[in-house]
Amino acid sequence: MSTEIATPLPVTEADVAHVKKIWKAFWVLLILTIVELALGLTIYFIEMNPDYSDSLILFIKGVICILTIAKAFYIISIFMHLGDEVRTMILTVAIPSLLFIWFVTAFIADGASFRNLRNTDAGSRIYIQQKDHHAVPLEGPAEKREKKLD
Amino acid sequence: METAIAKTRTNIWSGGKSPFNVSYGKLMMWYFLMSDSFTFGAFLISYGSIRFSLNTWVDHNYVFNEFPFTEAHLPLAFVSLMTFILIFSSVTMVLAVHQGHKMNQKGVEKWLFLTILGGLAFLGCQAYEWTGLITGQHEVLVNGVIQHWGTTTSHNPWGPSVMFNGHLVGTPGPVAFGGYFFGITGFHGFHVFTGVVVNTIMLIKTKRGDFAKRGHYEMIEKAGLYWHFVDLVWVFVFLCFYLI
Repeated sequence: MSTEIATPLPVTEADVAHVKKIWKAFWVLLILTIVELALGLTIYFIEMNPDYSDSLILFIKGVICILTIAKAFYIISIFMHLGDEVRTMILTVAIPSLLFIWFVTAFIADGASFRNLRNTDAGSRIYIQQKDHHAVPLEGPAEKREKKLD
Repeated sequence: METAIAKTRTNIWSGGKSPFNVSYGKLMMWYFLMSDSFTFGAFLISYGSIRFSLNTWVDHNYVFNEFPFTEAHLPLAFVSLMTFILIFSSVTMVLAVHQGHKMNQKGVEKWLFLTILGGLAFLGCQAYEWTGLITGQHEVLVNGVIQHWGTTTSHNPWGPSVMFNGHLVGTPGPVAFGGYFFGITGFHGFHVFTGVVVNTIMLIKTKRGDFAKRGHYEMIEKAGLYWHFVDLVWVFVFLCFYLI
């Protein structure tokens, strides 16, 4: 097998700009991930206090979801170059993907409805919510938790 | 008559050129990735559906808190490392594709090699994480008796903790957790493994000069699309299992 290597094409200004764009996308993804991690740790520290607010946690989780969608958009448009393709081709990929909107909504709603039906015996009794959905705490909240279980 | 022929010839659907201005292989790679995203989507949405239907789930900050060479409780640390590895290997892949456009064989080899290393590092991390979960024993109170459970597809020691004989012990959590976690991260890890194999084949073919002879490096581009998709899926796996 001959191993002579063909000379590469000369580096133009467009290439420099392109490589710059790639690295910029990398930094954006890295920063978004670090922000997500910071928010994840924020949730962890908020939940250390047993009287945390559920709606605050839900809000932070919502922000994390939006950041994730932003990351996905970056990967698809910059790394996978979908943005550079012919418009009709983008649409053949994008339009079927819209099914995900229904897919996520319907099945999450289904799960939530199932929980409600089980907790209330299909609406025949009232469910008293126990705010105890966390695994092995290290210390502190334990005493409080124990009382709730009685 | 002549004008009719001329008309059909200029129609983009009459053959001879790609209406989407991409090669058949690249287009089909996109459609494969779209269908694969629905497979992953189905798994993750099923997981979400089950999680919404239960009153208790596991607390990921306590399940995933290990880090190599330390006994400390470090939530999110190891998985962040895995995420950074995968993002970085995505960048090296896109740089390999770029060098392919420039017909720079040495550049393609260098970046492709780094991408393969990144993929292997990620797989190693996953193996470490799985081993820790499966072999790590936890005290669980089952029917008034203490048992020692690892996290598997049939055992989940991460239920709400209770006091027993003066110290805190776990209770059995939802069994579905192990199945979903190992199933989905395993399916993703299998994709990473496939990507590493494909990239290795691409590296060998590059080294042999196959693409230089062919006159274009489009195969690198297709492998790149697949590799970025693996990264894209990880973004969502990371979200669903470790962050929320």
